[in-house]
Amino acid sequence: MQIEPREHVAAWRIALAPVAAVFVSLLIGSVLILWVGAPVLEAYSLLVKGAVGSSFALTETLTRSIPLIFTGLAATIAFRAKFYNIGAEGQLYCGALAATFFGTGLITLPPLLMIPFLMLVGALAGGAALAVPVMLKTHLKVDEVVTTLLLNFVILLFVGYFLEGPLKDPMSMGWPQAAPIIDEGLFPSLVDKSRLHFGFVFALIGSVLCWAMMRFTVWGYEIRAVGLNTSAAKFAGINVNTTVVRTALISGGLAGLAGVSEVAGLKGYLTLDISPGFGYTGIAVAMLAQLNPLAVILSALFISMIYVGADSMSRAINIPTYIADVLVGLSVLSILVSVMLTRYRVRFR
Amino acid sequence: MMDILEILVSAGFWAATIRIVSPLILGTLGELICERAGVLNLGIEGIMTMGAMSGWMWVYMGGDLWTGVMFAAFLGLMFGLLHSIFTVYLGLSQHVTGIGITLFASSLSYYVYRMLLPDVTTPPKIEPFQVYEVPFLSEIPVMGEALFSQTPLTYLALILVPVVWYVLYKTPLGLAVRMAGENPMAVEAQGINVLTIRTGAVMIGSAFMAVGGAFITMSAFDAFFFGMINGRGWICIALVIFASWKPGKALIGALLFAGLDALQVRAQQTAGALIPYQFFLMMPYILSIVAMVIMARKASYPKALLVPFRRGERT
Repeated sequence: MQIEPREHVAAWRIALAPVAAVFVSLLIGSVLILWVGAPVLEAYSLLVKGAVGSSFALTETLTRSIPLIFTGLAATIAFRAKFYNIGAEGQLYCGALAATFFGTGLITLPPLLMIPFLMLVGALAGGAALAVPVMLKTHLKVDEVVTTLLLNFVILLFVGYFLEGPLKDPMSMGWPQAAPIIDEGLFPSLVDKSRLHFGFVFALIGSVLCWAMMRFTVWGYEIRAVGLNTSAAKFAGINVNTTVVRTALISGGLAGLAGVSEVAGLKGYLTLDISPGFGYTGIAVAMLAQLNPLAVILSALFISMIYVGADSMSRAINIPTYIADVLVGLSVLSILVSVMLTRYRVRFR
Repeated sequence: MMDILEILVSAGFWAATIRIVSPLILGTLGELICERAGVLNLGIEGIMTMGAMSGWMWVYMGGDLWTGVMFAAFLGLMFGLLHSIFTVYLGLSQHVTGIGITLFASSLSYYVYRMLLPDVTTPPKIEPFQVYEVPFLSEIPVMGEALFSQTPLTYLALILVPVVWYVLYKTPLGLAVRMAGENPMAVEAQGINVLTIRTGAVMIGSAFMAVGGAFITMSAFDAFFFGMINGRGWICIALVIFASWKPGKALIGALLFAGLDALQVRAQQTAGALIPYQFFLMMPYILSIVAMVIMARKASYPKALLVPFRRGERT
């Protein structure tokens, strides 16, 4: 078996890669659905109906995509520089914690200032959470994958401590949750009688800004150069360490924004279960988008469709909701192969 | 201070240390074998979850304990094969593949568990491995009591350390594995297939991880919970770095780590009123990071770690 690079990567192959990956994932997923003894086509049509079949379902899908866009962008920017930030889950909670710390009465500003302020402190907290791993990487050559993964557990316990201690809401009847964000800090609603909030607009703006940064600015050029070939980047006079640190701070900041938007946009107060693994799912979002910030929007919408749809599908027919996580895991693996096939051809001899 | 000394001479503390260390030894050895052949296996967390679920489920469904361990190991081999097809044969990103395998294997474990046991609310129990007291040796005070009244899987884990060391350093096969991780071209020049060696190493290593996971549900506990592995896989990866990819040092590192973890649990009982329990629970993860920081400067990575090998292509 021989793997040869293609001289020419056709645009249609790049566009088709995620479609093929999704198709393969659904195909393998159907084996699991058959194993339960449920009809596959009906199951998938229930999934689609549950995700986009009514205006309520649609707004739920859009709402769920907000944190996924942010964590997807966090992974996209970092992975572009080959900085493997697997700690978006922890950075998300840091952002949420900062928003809770400042947003529950410590500071009161009019909404026009309060919301940007909460987003700023959330992004700073998310970036700060990644500062330790990135410094350890650039200064002591400690692998960032393991440190970011391990910090997720540390941060979750740290937030748990705050929710049972200093930040616990005395009105929470004993539940470990923080006081609600003050009204000035809450994101306005986008659609009446739905949970869809203004965070969606912020997420879209975030994607466009990230895309513009990667495409048109020196920072973006440096990130791409470092990711493609570190030694060539160094030779060209790019300060690799500075670029990696900057990339990490942006990436952590984006993940922190996911936390702010969940707390100030969706839930209104911080609990330990605001994220069912959005940080990890963000990696799948980024991979499906082939690390393109604009495509992150589409892939986040798709993955959020799977999650929202799987919930209602599993209520209708007895398929465990974990099918959604299985499909997401499968799509990470299948997108790797399908992207490879756009760039290489496999010859059997 | 007296408290800590008292703890350190108690057989119960050492027995707990040995119990905590067993899955870590298996996972660390498994990761070490993979990385020695040049392949980072971030699938470890998911493969351990799969091992924990499948071994337990096998016994719950009426199977025997040892065949349950073998079943878990077999699934470990299969996920190792999947990882190698992606990273060894197709040369895809080892980071992303590993994360993908962890996401896939752990969610598949949860899916299968829920599918086979849809209605249970409290996790059902099995009859786990029983303690086997080694005659005479288990009567030696403190260390003997701790080391020789354990379950069979612990003895297996401890025996595997010298076995892995022997195979890696004293056999032609081990030499080929280490060379595949240092200089794959040289292996190829000897007429040995690098891809086969790497695939074999990743499969065996993944089987070790799966058995490490199975230990948790079949020996340490008697039930399967969601999120049960709780980062142990990632801790194993940190331990491999701490051990500089050497089996003996891996054992020492894991023991040190497990000892501190056991100490932490006991300190929680005495100092728990002063310090919130979350800070004790953080210790294992912080310790792993500290361990990596200490060793990172001296760490001599296998030269070809993360580098895919394509025949006829210069690197």
